[in-house]
Amino acid sequence: MVEAQVKTDQELNKDVVFHVSDVTKTYQMGEVAVQALRGVDLDLYRGEFAVFLGISGSGKSTLLNILGGLDTPTTGQVLYGKQDLTRADEHALTEYRRYHVGFVFQFYNLIPSLTARENVAVVTEISKSPMSPEEALALVGLENRMDHFPAQLSGGEQQRVAIARAIAKNPDVLLCDEPTGALDSQTGIMVLEALKRVNETLGTTTAVITHNAGIAQMANRVIHLTDGLISDIHVNDQRIAPNQLSW
Amino acid sequence: MKALDKKLWRELWAMRLQALAIAMVIVSGVGIFIMSLSTLDSLTETRDNYYRDNHFADVFATLKRAPLSLVQHIQQIPGVDKVEARVLAYVNLEVTGFSDPISGHLISLPDNSRGLLNQVQLRNGRLIESGRDDEVLLSEEFANAHSLKTGDKISATINGRRKALTIVGTALSPEYIYQIAPGAMFPDYQRYGVLWMARNPLASAYDMKGAFNNISLTLSKGTNSEDVIDRLDDILRPYGGIGAIARKDQLSNRFLREELKQLRTTATIFPIIFFSVAAFLLNIVISRLISLEREQIATLKAFGYSNLAIGSHYIKLVLMIVSIGVLIGLGLGIWMGIGLSNIYMHFYSLPYMIYTLKPQVVVFAAFISILVAIVGTVFAVYKAAKLPPAQGMRAEQPTTYHTTVVEQFGLQSFFSQPSRMILRHIERRPFKSLLTTLGISMACGIMMVGGFQEGAIKQMIDVQYNMSQREDITALFTDPTSQKSLYSLRNLQGVEYVEGFRNVSAKLSFEHRSYRTSVNGIPEDSQLMRLLDVDLKEIELPEEGAILTGYLAERLHIKPGDMLTIELLEGKRSILKVPVIGTAKQYLGANVYLQQKSLNGLLKEGNVISGALLKVDKRDQELVYKKLKEMPRIAGVIEQRSAIEGFYETMNESILFFTFISTLLGGSIAFGVIYNSMRIALSERNRELASLRVLGFHRSEIAYILLGEQFVLTLLAIPLGFLIGYGLCAYLASQFVSDLYRVPLVLESQVYAFAALVVIGSTLISAIVIWRNLAHLDMVAALKAKE
Repeated sequence: MVEAQVKTDQELNKDVVFHVSDVTKTYQMGEVAVQALRGVDLDLYRGEFAVFLGISGSGKSTLLNILGGLDTPTTGQVLYGKQDLTRADEHALTEYRRYHVGFVFQFYNLIPSLTARENVAVVTEISKSPMSPEEALALVGLENRMDHFPAQLSGGEQQRVAIARAIAKNPDVLLCDEPTGALDSQTGIMVLEALKRVNETLGTTTAVITHNAGIAQMANRVIHLTDGLISDIHVNDQRIAPNQLSW
Repeated sequence: MKALDKKLWRELWAMRLQALAIAMVIVSGVGIFIMSLSTLDSLTETRDNYYRDNHFADVFATLKRAPLSLVQHIQQIPGVDKVEARVLAYVNLEVTGFSDPISGHLISLPDNSRGLLNQVQLRNGRLIESGRDDEVLLSEEFANAHSLKTGDKISATINGRRKALTIVGTALSPEYIYQIAPGAMFPDYQRYGVLWMARNPLASAYDMKGAFNNISLTLSKGTNSEDVIDRLDDILRPYGGIGAIARKDQLSNRFLREELKQLRTTATIFPIIFFSVAAFLLNIVISRLISLEREQIATLKAFGYSNLAIGSHYIKLVLMIVSIGVLIGLGLGIWMGIGLSNIYMHFYSLPYMIYTLKPQVVVFAAFISILVAIVGTVFAVYKAAKLPPAQGMRAEQPTTYHTTVVEQFGLQSFFSQPSRMILRHIERRPFKSLLTTLGISMACGIMMVGGFQEGAIKQMIDVQYNMSQREDITALFTDPTSQKSLYSLRNLQGVEYVEGFRNVSAKLSFEHRSYRTSVNGIPEDSQLMRLLDVDLKEIELPEEGAILTGYLAERLHIKPGDMLTIELLEGKRSILKVPVIGTAKQYLGANVYLQQKSLNGLLKEGNVISGALLKVDKRDQELVYKKLKEMPRIAGVIEQRSAIEGFYETMNESILFFTFISTLLGGSIAFGVIYNSMRIALSERNRELASLRVLGFHRSEIAYILLGEQFVLTLLAIPLGFLIGYGLCAYLASQFVSDLYRVPLVLESQVYAFAALVVIGSTLISAIVIWRNLAHLDMVAALKAKE
């Protein structure tokens, strides 16, 4: 099925959420310096669904971590709106993550001692204007599994709880690191559908990291990373629904 | 070095703080074990050497007066080895510049000799030369207390006549290792001394020429002292013998024996606690290490390492931690043992201390530590070794949680998500939570033992000397004297109240049990001597019947209503039967009380007293002393209160030592348990907490989740610790019961407060260390890591 409303690069340009300029990141691994990012320039736009593609070691996770306020670049600048993330201290970065960013992890990272509902509540309790945990779980189709503990849920269900947890605070950006990496294709599709629904209904800027090229077809833009540099940015004229994706 | 051994060293280094915390608990256990046992051995060894080298007697007897020719007769008792007959006198002493009354024992010594038995150990100066009537040897403690040196003079009232004596030396004696005045409980080196002088002048002053009033015997090996005592009593009875005693009943030896008994208790109970805590800690730490290394273990096994190789790898790690603990503990134990032995050397006037550390004590300490450590970890190690490689490489099953009991009661809405996490985490592993709590409680309890001693002694003294015996001064007469002599005392300026008492040595018996003590006759309306019941209320002493110290009644198995047999050991030596009316609470001594009049009646004597209790106006106290010293019929004056003060001073040093030790030990357990369980919780929940940090939780918020659990356990542990501490003290108090003293179970509120404070302090210190670790939580890794 072909997407009806395709946003063009031009349209999105109006509202830049992230402005990344000349970012490098060097890790000191023992005695070897590993350059994960070698000078990345990129803008991400409000409401877009961006997929970052690249093989492992290409620097896509490093970039996502920097966008999410988990890491800081070695050189260069990252602006979130007007806020300079490269100059923020630990406290400011925590506040940034707390009020603006939603994270979805490859291995879900749910709190095993809390139920699905409580896993969402753990975030909504510290947010400014969250939706209710029930509402968030309904968005990902888990309204009937709310009182189950993680150990009682399947992998796909756990990842959907994680998405509900990420979106419940009404974040400005949703960052997903290999959200389907630990899932089979069928479950993966359910998770991607949930992400798409959130992106469309709430207009949350969504960045998904994957090495699965198939997923790229559901994005507005596909950003390719190779050896720490952006090698290509591709705008999808026609987005494909998750259930149509070739896995 | 093999690769696996390198891994061992590096892992030990990586977990150094945890290993150290566990090692500290082992250090404490080994330390206290070595300290108590080596002190016990040192004290026993020193005592035995001292007794043997100085020919400490096996049997002692005092009597009124017997001719020296009797010695030959005594010598013929089967089993008797050596006999020494002496003249012994209780006298008033005077030291220039010291106005308080001083009493002392003058003991005859052959010329130029240390004596045959109970030989003096010369510390300074020389022995008494023949023909010198005015020379004395002074007990070293007494000389030190007054800074008296060889050549100084001291005066003594010998049989009513004042005599100046020249000090020619100082000495110690095995007979007076615990040097206390008759009737006293605490040593007071300023107000009681032991002196040795030549036999001649002493004998002539007391009409003992060719006679004696004190005799000591040694026995040949294998002789039953009871048989000898029976024979000796028969011989001495006509001469006013009040019954011989064996060495085990000799007063100063008995104090030392009680002390040794206490040390033995300490040597058992505390190491047991420390070793159990160490086993628990090793168990949780090694189990955690193994679960973190599941994959490594599987990989090693896949490469062909045997179960035994894997198992012994972890056992080696355990043994390394234990070895550190044992080595440091050994050092600490020796240091504390020497310290404690020296305290004992001074507390008991011993001329030297042979510090004895038996190799078997060290071996046993090491053996027990290793055994305990292996028992604590063997199951975890076994499980690790048994793990099939394929299974080890898979991630462990996600842990299952449930809503807690508290929440099921419908209280859920009261808890935020982080609080629910705390509760569920505690409840998920109730046994571990319980053991952690128990470990912390043990620390709390041990700390209370340190403070217990001090409070108990205060209570003993308060009950004995403030509530029960209320006199300021006790004056002892040379011989039983008419009640009328109280008038002259009452008329002394500053004396507010006087009452007499009668005191007779006696053997008490009920059914087949018997006990030697003295019978005390006190006035029916006594103001200064009060008998107290269990609730410390005053008991009326009726005209008929006797009241016994509670402990004595228990020992004789006698109850109110039973008839007590009293065999008086003075005068006509009558045997009486008296009904027991009740028992009195007394922490010191074991006595029987009758009304003075009834006792006089039973003795078939007139209104006669052995001494007087005086209540004196503080301002005139010195004047009263002066007058008392001038009275020829007064043999000695005891002033208990200053003795207590002196005792407190000596005790302060050792109390400080014990408080230091118990705090060190309790603190090491508290820190060991709390730090390790926090560290493990951090390791287990690393990913969970990092995820929360990613989700925007501040460090303080995740610290609440992690440390909140420990704080809850600590708070639960404190009241439990109070119970354990109370129980420990009660056990110790029950172990320290003897006819000399009973230790009351009194725990003042500051004892509880201090213990709780140390536990809370340890929690805070651990929390600070963990707080710093939380800063380094790897959020990026949390995104990637598998469950």
